[in-house]
Amino acid sequence: MIPMILFNQVNKWYGEYQALTSLSAEVKAGEVVVVCGPSGSGKSTLIRTVNRLEPIEQGQILFDGMDIHGSSTRLNQLRTRIGFVFQNFNLFPHVSVLDNIMMSPVKVLGVKRAEARKHAGELLERVGLSHKANAYPAQLSGGQQQRVAIARALAMKPPVMLFDEPTSALDPEMVGEVLSVMRSLAQDGMTMMCVTHEMHFARDVADTIWFMDQGQILEKATPEQFFLAPKHPRAQRFLSDLRN
Amino acid sequence: MFDVFTILQDHGMLFLMGQYPNGPLGGVLCTLVISLLAVVLSFPLGVLVGLARLSPWRWLSWPAACWVYTLRGIPLMMVVFWTYFCVPMLIGQNISGFSTMLCTLVIYESAYIAEIVRGSVQALPSGQYEASRALGMSYLKTLRLVILPQALFNALPSLVSQLVSIIKDSTLGYVINVPELTYAANQVSNQLLTKPFQVFAIVALSYYLICFSLTWLANRLEQGIVNKRLNRPALQEETPDDAALFSGRNLNKETS
Repeated sequence: MIPMILFNQVNKWYGEYQALTSLSAEVKAGEVVVVCGPSGSGKSTLIRTVNRLEPIEQGQILFDGMDIHGSSTRLNQLRTRIGFVFQNFNLFPHVSVLDNIMMSPVKVLGVKRAEARKHAGELLERVGLSHKANAYPAQLSGGQQQRVAIARALAMKPPVMLFDEPTSALDPEMVGEVLSVMRSLAQDGMTMMCVTHEMHFARDVADTIWFMDQGQILEKATPEQFFLAPKHPRAQRFLSDLRN
Repeated sequence: MFDVFTILQDHGMLFLMGQYPNGPLGGVLCTLVISLLAVVLSFPLGVLVGLARLSPWRWLSWPAACWVYTLRGIPLMMVVFWTYFCVPMLIGQNISGFSTMLCTLVIYESAYIAEIVRGSVQALPSGQYEASRALGMSYLKTLRLVILPQALFNALPSLVSQLVSIIKDSTLGYVINVPELTYAANQVSNQLLTKPFQVFAIVALSYYLICFSLTWLANRLEQGIVNKRLNRPALQEETPDDAALFSGRNLNKETS
């Protein structure tokens, strides 16, 4: 079976600075991968290369067998199949919650409005925000906005969801509501790749943890292995810093 | 003061609509018509030029940049003369002062509107662009559905002040015999000979009223949209209860 996402010798530079160094890895269908590591280690860069929000200079990233950075790739069509959740939610402030969720299915996939509205309603129920359908983003709390953002990504029915530090911009009391939505997604068998600093979430939900530093994946392990007996000295130091 | 009313009584119609219906439309109405047409035509042109300036394709952004820099680098009067003398040479027939002035305003203001649009698009957080691209929208769909609705709304105050300056710029039509308000006023002043102060006071007041009411209207519109997004009834004032609550909070903070 081909992996859902495959990184093959990926190199990326920001000018002189090398952000990703000969990085190879794969995400299997149904797998939940949590990417962790210190700031500046390239986690966000890595996840943003998967739907080409960041270009790469060398190597290949295959999504479902298709080369994402290939020049003949139909990028927009590919992106409809990769859900992406941002740190800062990035909801569209000029339209209602419902329209935020319906916009792309209607305008990109050509779904009929009535059908899109029904699906959006179901998604809002799933993230516990049915009563906010007609609200505008500015009227919601951070946690609620992020849940809408997840619903918006799910509206495209993507086989993969990417989360780029989805709880980092939230007040502590709102982190839980977002994580529980992500947890239930994982339980439903969604393929997920999450960059996060929430180590409890990583331990409970991840199938695999990738530990990154300086643009490389230093360790790929199950949560048990990673938290109890990390192999790489940098990972050991990272975990002991977290405990203190 | 009394003079002003007499002048208005005797020449009010000339101020309002020039020689119309016996001659071309003039006065305040001419000013309004030429300004509105200039806005209606220069706005889409300005948006296009502004977007062209931002476009990733050089063959689009370069000509747009030249257009903007050239027009912003010369006085409006020069553009008026260039249009006045060049357009007839180019198309081989004379055009009216009205059309000349309209062309001039559209060309000239498009450069300013382009810069307003460019600025407000660039001021949007890049996350808006990224989010819509990540949802699979094309560049053009992103512009149409996400970027422009927000950018143009944010630009509303600048766009209105540009509209106001279009109205004021239309006075230059005077030099190529467009019968707009300033021209009409001059006619009246020439007839009366001794009352230029009163006549031009009327003109100044008319321009002020037109421009001020537009600004006021735009502010109302803007407030209405903001209220809708925050789901407040329009122009609701802070209730005394709220005020008490907040001041109470501050007190608690200080004492604790």
